[in-house]
Amino acid sequence: MNIVENFDLYAPRLVDKEEHFSAGHRACQGCGEALAIRLMCKALGKDTVIVNATGCMEVISTMYPTTAWNLPWIHVAFPNSASVGAGVEAGLKVLRRKGKIADRKVKTVCIGGDGGTFDIGFQALSGAMERGHDLLYVCFDNEAYMNTGIQRSGATPFGASTTTNPTGAASQGKNEWKKNIAEIIAAHNVPYVATACHSYPLDFMNKVKKAREVEGPSYIHCLTVCPTGWRTASEETIKLGRLAVETGVFPLYEIEEGKYRMTIKPDKLRPVEDYLKPQGRFRHLTPDSIQKIQDRVIMEYNKLLDKVENLHSWDELKG
Amino acid sequence: MSERIGMEIALAAAEAVALCRPDVIAAYPITPNTHVPEHLSDIVAEGRLDADFICVESEHSALSACCGASGAGARAFTATSSQGLLYMAEIVPIVSSMRLPVVMIIGNRALSGPINIWNDHSDIMSQRDAGWISMFAANGQEVVDMSVQSFKIAEHRDVMLPVNLNLDGFQLTHVVEPMMFPNQEEVDAFLPEYKPYAAVHPDNIVSMGTLALPEIFNECMKANDEVLKGSKKVILEVWKEWEEKFGRSYKPVESYRTEGAEVLLFAIGSMAETAEVAVDQLRDKGMKVGLLKLRLWRPFPFEEIREAVKGAKVVAVLDRAVSFGGPGGPVFSEVRSALYDEKDRPMVISEIIGLGGRDVPVGDFVKIAEKAARVAKTGPEEEYEIFGVRGS
Repeated sequence: MNIVENFDLYAPRLVDKEEHFSAGHRACQGCGEALAIRLMCKALGKDTVIVNATGCMEVISTMYPTTAWNLPWIHVAFPNSASVGAGVEAGLKVLRRKGKIADRKVKTVCIGGDGGTFDIGFQALSGAMERGHDLLYVCFDNEAYMNTGIQRSGATPFGASTTTNPTGAASQGKNEWKKNIAEIIAAHNVPYVATACHSYPLDFMNKVKKAREVEGPSYIHCLTVCPTGWRTASEETIKLGRLAVETGVFPLYEIEEGKYRMTIKPDKLRPVEDYLKPQGRFRHLTPDSIQKIQDRVIMEYNKLLDKVENLHSWDELKG
Repeated sequence: MSERIGMEIALAAAEAVALCRPDVIAAYPITPNTHVPEHLSDIVAEGRLDADFICVESEHSALSACCGASGAGARAFTATSSQGLLYMAEIVPIVSSMRLPVVMIIGNRALSGPINIWNDHSDIMSQRDAGWISMFAANGQEVVDMSVQSFKIAEHRDVMLPVNLNLDGFQLTHVVEPMMFPNQEEVDAFLPEYKPYAAVHPDNIVSMGTLALPEIFNECMKANDEVLKGSKKVILEVWKEWEEKFGRSYKPVESYRTEGAEVLLFAIGSMAETAEVAVDQLRDKGMKVGLLKLRLWRPFPFEEIREAVKGAKVVAVLDRAVSFGGPGGPVFSEVRSALYDEKDRPMVISEIIGLGGRDVPVGDFVKIAEKAARVAKTGPEEEYEIFGVRGS
């Protein structure tokens, strides 16, 4: 594709040189999440407060007395980045209104992993979205509790082997499908919801910039490859993110006030096997299981295309 | 400040908090504290207070949102009771460790189960070691005064710790009493604008809530301990200033008719006022009995307690919480521990009373005082007693 060839030429000019998430943190080699955060921070710019849920990113970036953050950053606990963010947003709003801090917009951005978003932090996230705080929530989804040692989460895909649903004579890994969290957040009538992946950096950064401008809640779901948990080679991270999109396993789209749009649309989907094969967590899958995943991916992808084609924006529905 | 106004104490607490101009209030409904945040939301809705009231979806989020707001440099307030406090429990020690001066009112209520909405102190006792300043009010006026004092203590640059102010559920929260309120100018003069030491804002970048490895964790705990112990100096200063400005005095341990007392009742919270009546009755009969009332729970007032019990033969500590299978009520354990190294120390006995809203009438204090006088001569009868159990 031409875009890929041109990317090398134009990308450096399109991306902010300033680093808000600095080198020297302790993430694993090939960590997709650390890369995604670096890109997100470039897109957000300096008038940002980051609210971090407990997880890999908090652990690798802030070992006292060091910090990788060149943005104001706060971490309180695992399940509550959305509610801490709600407090930060409210606090900044009131202090600005009372003239106690500078009179300019500072965006509150909550970040969490899939465990902190799909599972233990879900209630806090749902509450914050429902209350309509002016904050962006970005979920960095590496599809298991990687920080604690690769345990199953609500985001772990069907068939994946983790340390709490391992394969064995009586098990084929996770037996349930992944929760569709982006749709659940969209059902809160959040004005901007998008999916993204670090392997499409400009697409991701454009979505972050768009979400930043929303007056109210916004949500980005970013798939982040984890070589440690996925049992993949560290140099394969970018390629695997692309394969997730090219196979239709993780489509990239956005929902703007109810209107769905594919932001990256492969001409033809590759077979899911191309994505599953390089990953140790799927090593045990039988052809039958792979077919089952293939069928499900096509069904979900078509469901999404159907929404893209047929669903109208809130504005169009006003009548 | 002049005349007394009759008002439900929970509403008075809200009025006092509003006088402190909090920027963010985050709260979740739970009986019996609910009237405090409810009335604060009224005050915000009426436009009398410029604050953001966040109707969070849980107590966990209430305290989390207070962390975020306080971390952003705002003055933050919440209130809860019982299970709500336990639902916050994950966050409770983080607030103190992050040195965020959040103020919380706890309308004390029994912990489940069995589920029970009425008063005892099992909720706050479960959070005893979380690094907060913890105080008890015994009546409406104290609730009003201590609400305002709490913000000043919490935000003092030598303290920067969260404060929880405990008032007995129903016995205080739902009772109408006459109270005097400071006016807005007086509170503004007493309580300066909150100036955070650090806050998350791009104009002054900080990382708050970072990871501590074993090489530094001991030192973090030592620092938390030192600052909490050191806060007593500030608490005493704030109370002194309050007395000078408003004429009402506050001490870590209050005493009532303790002159020459051989038997001391040691009470916490609202029951101390009922105990005064019992002391009066017994004094009329010639018994040398007095009453100590614990106001400051953390930091624990060791010196004041050692001083207050001097000359007594026996102290009966009246706890409103059980330490199941333990040495006795939680306050009792600490009082006895505080006196262990004293040369002339009184006997200390543990009486656990008033659980889950069980009424503690004057007669119960009389019985306990009489028992204390008896065991002072005959020796202790048991490790502790859960007083007034039917069928026992």
